[in-house]
Amino acid sequence: MTALNASGWRPEMNAGGADDSATFTGNRALMLEEPLIFEIGSTETTGVDFDSVVIGRPQVGNLYRDDPIGLPGLSEGETVRHYTRLSRQNYAIDLGLFPLGSCTMKHNPRLNEKVARMPGFADIHPLQPQETVQGALAVINELAIWLIKLTGMHGVAMTPKAGAHGELCGILCIKAALEARGEDRRVLLVPESAHGTNPATAAFAGFRVEDIPATPEGRVDLEALKARLGPDVAGVMITNPNTCGLFERDMKAISDAVHAAGGYVYCDGANFNAIVGKVRPGDLGVDAMHINLHKTFSTPHGGGGPGSGPVVLSEALAPFGPIPYAARYADGSFKLVEEESAGAEHPDTFGRMTAFHGQMGMFTRALTYMLSHGADGLKQVAEDAVLNANYILRSLDDVLEAPFGGSGPCMHEALFTDNGLAEGFSTLDIAKGIIDEGYHPMTVYFPLVVHGAMLIEPTETESKAVLDQFIGALRSVALRAKQGDPALKSAPHFAPRARLDETRAARNPILSWSEPAVAPGEPSLSELGGS
Amino acid sequence: MRYLPLIADDRSAMLATIGAATIDDLFVDVPAEARLDGPIADLPAHASELAVERHMGALARRNRAAGDGPFFLGAGAYRHHVPASVDHLIQRGEFLTAYTPYQPEIAQGTLQMLFEFQTQVARLFGTDVANASMYDGSTACWEAIVMARRITRRGKALLSTGLHPHYRSVARTMAKYTGDTLVDADPELVPGTDWADLAAAVDKDVSCVVVQYPDILGRIDDMSALASACQAAGALLIAVVTEPVALGVIKSPGEMGADIVVGEGQSIGVGLQFGGPYVGLFACKAKYVRQMPGRLCGETVDANGKRGFVLTLSTREQHIRREKATSNICTNSGLCALAFSIHMTLLGEAGLRGLASINHAGAHVAASRLADVPGVSVLNNGYFNEFTLLLPREARPVVHELAERDILGGVSLGRLYPGNAALANGLVVAVTETTTEADVAAFAAALKEVLA
Repeated sequence: MTALNASGWRPEMNAGGADDSATFTGNRALMLEEPLIFEIGSTETTGVDFDSVVIGRPQVGNLYRDDPIGLPGLSEGETVRHYTRLSRQNYAIDLGLFPLGSCTMKHNPRLNEKVARMPGFADIHPLQPQETVQGALAVINELAIWLIKLTGMHGVAMTPKAGAHGELCGILCIKAALEARGEDRRVLLVPESAHGTNPATAAFAGFRVEDIPATPEGRVDLEALKARLGPDVAGVMITNPNTCGLFERDMKAISDAVHAAGGYVYCDGANFNAIVGKVRPGDLGVDAMHINLHKTFSTPHGGGGPGSGPVVLSEALAPFGPIPYAARYADGSFKLVEEESAGAEHPDTFGRMTAFHGQMGMFTRALTYMLSHGADGLKQVAEDAVLNANYILRSLDDVLEAPFGGSGPCMHEALFTDNGLAEGFSTLDIAKGIIDEGYHPMTVYFPLVVHGAMLIEPTETESKAVLDQFIGALRSVALRAKQGDPALKSAPHFAPRARLDETRAARNPILSWSEPAVAPGEPSLSELGGS
Repeated sequence: MRYLPLIADDRSAMLATIGAATIDDLFVDVPAEARLDGPIADLPAHASELAVERHMGALARRNRAAGDGPFFLGAGAYRHHVPASVDHLIQRGEFLTAYTPYQPEIAQGTLQMLFEFQTQVARLFGTDVANASMYDGSTACWEAIVMARRITRRGKALLSTGLHPHYRSVARTMAKYTGDTLVDADPELVPGTDWADLAAAVDKDVSCVVVQYPDILGRIDDMSALASACQAAGALLIAVVTEPVALGVIKSPGEMGADIVVGEGQSIGVGLQFGGPYVGLFACKAKYVRQMPGRLCGETVDANGKRGFVLTLSTREQHIRREKATSNICTNSGLCALAFSIHMTLLGEAGLRGLASINHAGAHVAASRLADVPGVSVLNNGYFNEFTLLLPREARPVVHELAERDILGGVSLGRLYPGNAALANGLVVAVTETTTEADVAAFAAALKEVLA
């Protein structure tokens, strides 16, 4: 196969934009357009050399892969340039404030990266003899102890691969516990303000989901919850602090009521960063809570993952937690409790939920972060995160509606609505406008319980000067939206792309690249969308 | 504290703006009895970068790294050389510290990368489409079974005995609570697969048949006949690939008719990392795309007509559909998908085929050297870079005795199938381009010594 597109990126493909500069390449100085690897690479090109070349056909009979695969290669230099150019089209926490509510974009310390890459952690196999990985098992155990002490819980399941996987782990523990009691409770109560993963997880594990109503103050309605409890209710899934950025004041009373009715309390710990070192969920009657190591404990989000979602468990649920786990023995050695030893050491386990031992590469990073902060530093993390969020709340509540601002302080994130914007202007316009100011937008249209939600989470790693500038920028954009500035409707103007046509993408999905129908050198407009 | 920029004066000024006297006034909604007064006892205080590095370094040194000596482990995780530029590029802050690309105007880097990744995976697997990644191969495998249930409206899955036992365990865990029926069993130590039996067993109650290729014992086989049998019965064929490098030598599952192909992408670009994070690969025929789990990146245009990419078909997903979503997955394995994609771009088709050939040839050389050890034989007829040795005694203690000689000599079937005496003498051995002739010679000599 020859080059898929010998002429490379064609300037015509960038033509037609109203604000296009008239450069030959379509580039604008440091803003560089980059074609797909399929348009610049060739199946003959490679960026890897080998020490030997194998002569002769592999001994695989008629399974030999004769037909072309269609995987283009690039030399090393071209590869570095391709991905470096792509990277520059991304916003990132390394570039500036990333106030995505509930997602907790805080600084990712680079010591974490260095430690995770130590060969003793990065280059060990999950099935090595256990005597050769005692340090790795010690890391898992040490991190587990930190998580247990920080939450005041009884045990922790370390294997879940992300937050939603942790939710699944907690819900399976509840299922197993109910089964052990011989009870078949089918309903999980989930507030409307919950992350979408909560109802999805409950359904994935075979539960029926029912809403819990909220009070006008944005919290769980305790009386309504009590009224719904009964022998068919397996438990509740409650986010605390919740997705409106508020602490559930009645958490202990909720737990007591659920327990009295024979159910269990799952807490979505996505917002644990607001209370780490200040409040222990174990003191509030929680039975299971996942902790997003990629949120509270600073492991990188990497453009969508990987995450890591250990689940702390109460005494009631710990016996049902998954295998494998790392146990410490009296002689100081560590051992994995796997299928073989589970019968003797962890007989009630619900089983295995992933192939190996969890996200080791995230464990090393999170433990590094915890050791760096210590118990005192983590307490300061929560306090500064809450301080920063309240500073934003009170600096903007004169220009944006803060639906629950009147009821008191928020926790780690500040919630606003789109009430009061000019006719035809919405939260989306504010979000796109703030992009032009050099920021990633806040979380928008979540939680669902207020109109046109804007959820702003600054985190503790932002300085006052950064917050002041952001507040000024958001104030300016909000005022433009209130005054109906038409330029806001077409924002962003200065990003690598203008608003993208998501309807078109969904209506006629193009999910992989295929060679253009027309010959190279004769680009047509239809190529732009590939339709 | 080196990560916290606020100083005392900032805090005072900010509290004044807020109208609070102390920081604890902001925690007023936390009931007093639940509030902690000071830092949590019996946890250490903050530490310098140097001190933390010393502590973690000491723990790292208590592990025997794969690269420190002869190493032959596989069974779902493979040690390949990862080019230096891969790790350099994934550490660019714009990739490392970006979030899920919810605002496409300022996330085209991640989105274009995902579009390229999806295309690479689809081509490697011989399928039409692939998603933007799952947690790992084992969870992707279960999601494929759930997807087959949704498509066929049948609840019985047949698992090949050659499926990785941990993947099977994950499926068993989930099926216990979802009501799905799984038909599964341990493998037998025979040279061939059980696929002909599966073809005979598939019927109108079966949602899917799940086979691994190459399988847990390293065996490879043609799945075309099984694909036809599945199609005739209205069931889907799900192929699981835990060593994607193999597909540089052997036919892809898609080419042989598999409907859904899932896999573990760790062996390309990601590294061993004691089991995670890895990257689940998920691909299928185009007609099933709306039943897929996970994120999908699609091509579109912006308001100026320029090509761009967005997350799409999100009406399948939890943040839109909540309890009616195809899966509860949210965070996936984006950064590992990036590592996979960069490594695959460096390799290209020519490099992938070269890499696969070296792995395959090296495995054949190693197998014949090890089969020269008295009492040892090779089970497989055909294999890619991994095969099963039959030892004259239980393999599990042999692995430990080899480790004492600083040889990490494979994965014993006793570890993977505890309690199954019929499998106890089996040892799964993997060979990659990182394995040297000296490694193989040392392994053979140590094995001879241990078995003598």
